[in-house]
Amino acid sequence: MITVQASDFIRILPQEILSAFAILVMVFEPFLPSSRKVVLGWFSLLGVVAAGAAAVRTSYSLGPAFNASIAADPFSIYFIALFLLVAALCLLGSFNYLQRDNINHGEFYALILMGTVGMCFMAASTELIMIFLGLEISSLSTYVLAGFKRHDGLSNEASLKYFLLGSFATAFFLYGIAFVYGLTGTTNLMTLSERLSRTGTGGTPLLWVAIVLMFIGLGFKVSTAPFHVWTPDVYQGAPAPVTAFLSVGPKAAAFAVILRIFLGAFHAVGSVSFQMLWLSAILTMVVGNLAALWQSNVKRLLAYSAIAHAGYVLVGIAAGSAEGVSAVLFYLTVYALMNVGAFILIAPIAGTGERALRVEDYTGLGYTRPGVAACLTVFMLSLGGIPTTAGFLGKFYLFRAAIHAHLIGLVIVAVLTSVVSVYYYLRLVVVMYMREGQPQATSEPLPLALRVALATSVIGIFVLGLFPLLLKKKGEAEASPRHTKLAQVR
Amino acid sequence: MIWLSQHPLSVLTFLPLAGAAVIAFLRRESADRIRGVALAFSLATFALALKLFLAFSPNQPGMQFVEYRPWISSPPIGYHLGIDGLSVLLILLSAFLTPLAILASWASITSHVKEFFLFLLALETGMIGVFVSLDLFLFFIFWEAMLIPMYFLIGVWGHERRVYAAVKFILYTMAGSALMLVGIIYLYTVTGTFDLEVIEGLVAGGFAGLSGSAQTWLFLAFFLAFAIKVPMFPFHTWLPDAHVEAPTAGSVILAGVLLKMGTYGMLRFCLPLFPQASREFAPLIVVLAIVGILYGALVAMVQPDMKKLVAYSSVAHLGFVVLGIFTFTMAGIQGAIYQMCNHGVSTGALFILVGMLYDRRHTRQIKEFGGLATTLPIYSAFFMIVALSSLGLPMLNGFVGEFLIILGAFHVRVIYAVLAAVGVVLAAVYLLWMYQRVFFGEVTNEKNRKLPDLTDREKVILVSVVFVILWMGVYPQPFLRRLDLSTAHVIHRVKHGPASYALQRTPPPAEPAR
Repeated sequence: MITVQASDFIRILPQEILSAFAILVMVFEPFLPSSRKVVLGWFSLLGVVAAGAAAVRTSYSLGPAFNASIAADPFSIYFIALFLLVAALCLLGSFNYLQRDNINHGEFYALILMGTVGMCFMAASTELIMIFLGLEISSLSTYVLAGFKRHDGLSNEASLKYFLLGSFATAFFLYGIAFVYGLTGTTNLMTLSERLSRTGTGGTPLLWVAIVLMFIGLGFKVSTAPFHVWTPDVYQGAPAPVTAFLSVGPKAAAFAVILRIFLGAFHAVGSVSFQMLWLSAILTMVVGNLAALWQSNVKRLLAYSAIAHAGYVLVGIAAGSAEGVSAVLFYLTVYALMNVGAFILIAPIAGTGERALRVEDYTGLGYTRPGVAACLTVFMLSLGGIPTTAGFLGKFYLFRAAIHAHLIGLVIVAVLTSVVSVYYYLRLVVVMYMREGQPQATSEPLPLALRVALATSVIGIFVLGLFPLLLKKKGEAEASPRHTKLAQVR
Repeated sequence: MIWLSQHPLSVLTFLPLAGAAVIAFLRRESADRIRGVALAFSLATFALALKLFLAFSPNQPGMQFVEYRPWISSPPIGYHLGIDGLSVLLILLSAFLTPLAILASWASITSHVKEFFLFLLALETGMIGVFVSLDLFLFFIFWEAMLIPMYFLIGVWGHERRVYAAVKFILYTMAGSALMLVGIIYLYTVTGTFDLEVIEGLVAGGFAGLSGSAQTWLFLAFFLAFAIKVPMFPFHTWLPDAHVEAPTAGSVILAGVLLKMGTYGMLRFCLPLFPQASREFAPLIVVLAIVGILYGALVAMVQPDMKKLVAYSSVAHLGFVVLGIFTFTMAGIQGAIYQMCNHGVSTGALFILVGMLYDRRHTRQIKEFGGLATTLPIYSAFFMIVALSSLGLPMLNGFVGEFLIILGAFHVRVIYAVLAAVGVVLAAVYLLWMYQRVFFGEVTNEKNRKLPDLTDREKVILVSVVFVILWMGVYPQPFLRRLDLSTAHVIHRVKHGPASYALQRTPPPAEPAR
């Protein structure tokens, strides 16, 4: 029977605080005039900071909670901190955007917080049903967020597409869970891991089907090829701060789940997972990078780049080692900084209604808005993996893990496709600095909140690019391919 | 201050970057102050490099002025700097060319002056960093990071097709270095370290972790990156574009220093780390080098554009360098290193000269000129000296290097030496023919009649270049002396590594745990 203890509640303290703030935002929302809704934004930010403090508290009382369906382990704390960072950056990037585009509703902030709650549960759950619930919580919030510009056709399309394909994908995931339960009689990852290793390696064809089904569902969330088709449309249609959130948050959460399930619970049947990850990594890197070459819309370009980056992360996961997991954790943080930074920076450049989104619209931006262009250049160089930025070290760690695991062919594909990627990242730099002409982009000054978010990202990129161990040490502590076991020991 | 004097290499490497940081805080409008600061920092760097060159002890084997600090502990990456005879020369060359490049762009760069000099100084840090790094990872960081300032220099301040040239430059180089990165990481996974000296020691001791085929693949991964940078014959297509489209300063640095990084890499990494593969591939590489010499010269001959002519002449000259390296002889390698410096000075000067003419006439087409010797006597005289140095006239610097290389090639195979000598003749043909068309005869174009001759600033640049050309030609001893031990070291490694070297020692050195 389920027994609940006080410590259980401390082990999900960040999620509780975030939920409470989300509910309070909804309560206060009707009482605030439209011009003062930004107060709710700052209030949500306070919630994120409070949740951060709570995460610190939780990290002092680690262990399983709620009948081992949730684990507060270093792994989940790391991811929760990452999600909070993403949420904070996206909130800071959205204040001005919402006012400008006349969608200044408090629900926006509540949905960001709820989405973050879902993601935190995904990373912290050691029970397939709990993971599914977390996935649904985060998905539902992001479906709504994608369509937050109600009067914009593209935004509506994005929301609908995301919703339809997303529910289809979660259905696959659920189906996979059902198979797993049917085969092993459990949905708890730790029990699952035990039972699978007891029955020996290899597994049955039916189990492989279950693995593939679950991977399809998660592959959709992290947008690996061939389940990436929704990504460009949704990223393009969604409001830019939401895209920033979408392109990092749910993705990182799904990666957390992939790590827990495929390297943890299904460790015993590694070969199937490995082949699937390997194939998916190659496809994703090739498709993402090649498709990005032809894009003329900055948001779509970054969408394909986000697909490609999922491929790099899969390289680290395919390595299947503690080193690989640690590299993935590091990379996800780096990726969060540069990708969120790029997307929230696009919003003010594009202007009201996000009109200036073509690559040519950035012509001459380097001279009319040197600060903005410099930040964007840093993000692009980091995404392209140029040394002294964190993007390079992130890739370096991923590739090192893969080479250690003798995946040299995979790494060669990865480095060559990332050279290809430099071409399209530099296209933006080229138009900003090397083409004559007046930019179409607007020249409104950047609001303070946005500046803070950008400064955090840029400084973070350089600091992690030169002194990775500030974060990497943490990543290493969390990196055990069987971290589910880790939680079990406690 | 004591710290500074104890870490001369760090100071030397980051002094230009400090200059760039100072420039970043200067007001955009005060262009002259920006130029002045850039010049001051580059001159200070040069003074420091000169001091280092003089303090460098030619009789001491191994690396000197070594600095070591652990930087990233997992994986173990060290901030490991040090120089030997090879790098001390190239550092001096880089530090010598940067102030010249700054002076050469004093008047011709008028837009975005601040950014231009900022990038130029950042580039210098990258260049020196490449030459002082003794850690593969650190080396790679400098190697790649340096591309960005160069990319901006070409792309923003270049000529008509600058964007195409800039992107082509960066993609070619990165494609090569991407595979080198895989090689570096692989090397780390088998040896457990990024430290060049440690890996070299392991390889020399007959390290068993590196099988023959792995060595071949690693050699190819490194060599491709360097061959693209040099550029060697089939990989050279980025060079004419980048050189022609770059602003004068960019071309000077590109030809003077960046190309040398390729040949430096071969000497520093390919030969000592993969001796067996180097020996196996040497015949093929020598043939490619000779093809490069002849092809570069022939293509240079038919160029209508002076800058393109100089650019293709670089393909030929660097062919000489690679030829010298892969002869594995004392004369060949010393000549190659000397030729690296010669080419840096002479070709850098040629680019500066062509740039000066371009500043006056805004064209570089040979057919637009003629009879300049009468209107620009001083300029013509300087041009003559530099051209003669580039084609290897005795008593000037080019001769020493080419002579040594041909001598080295002669020891390997007579036909190599003969073909290389043909290359020398062709160089005389294309340079003198160009000189004849541009400077001799009647003034054919009215526009050329009223051109102003050299300004004082330009004279300073050219006098210092000619001084170096003469010195290096007449008295090469101070340079060659510093090369003796490094060259002997490389030759020893490549000729006697790894199998025969291990035999000399009994018992064989302990293998690392991996």
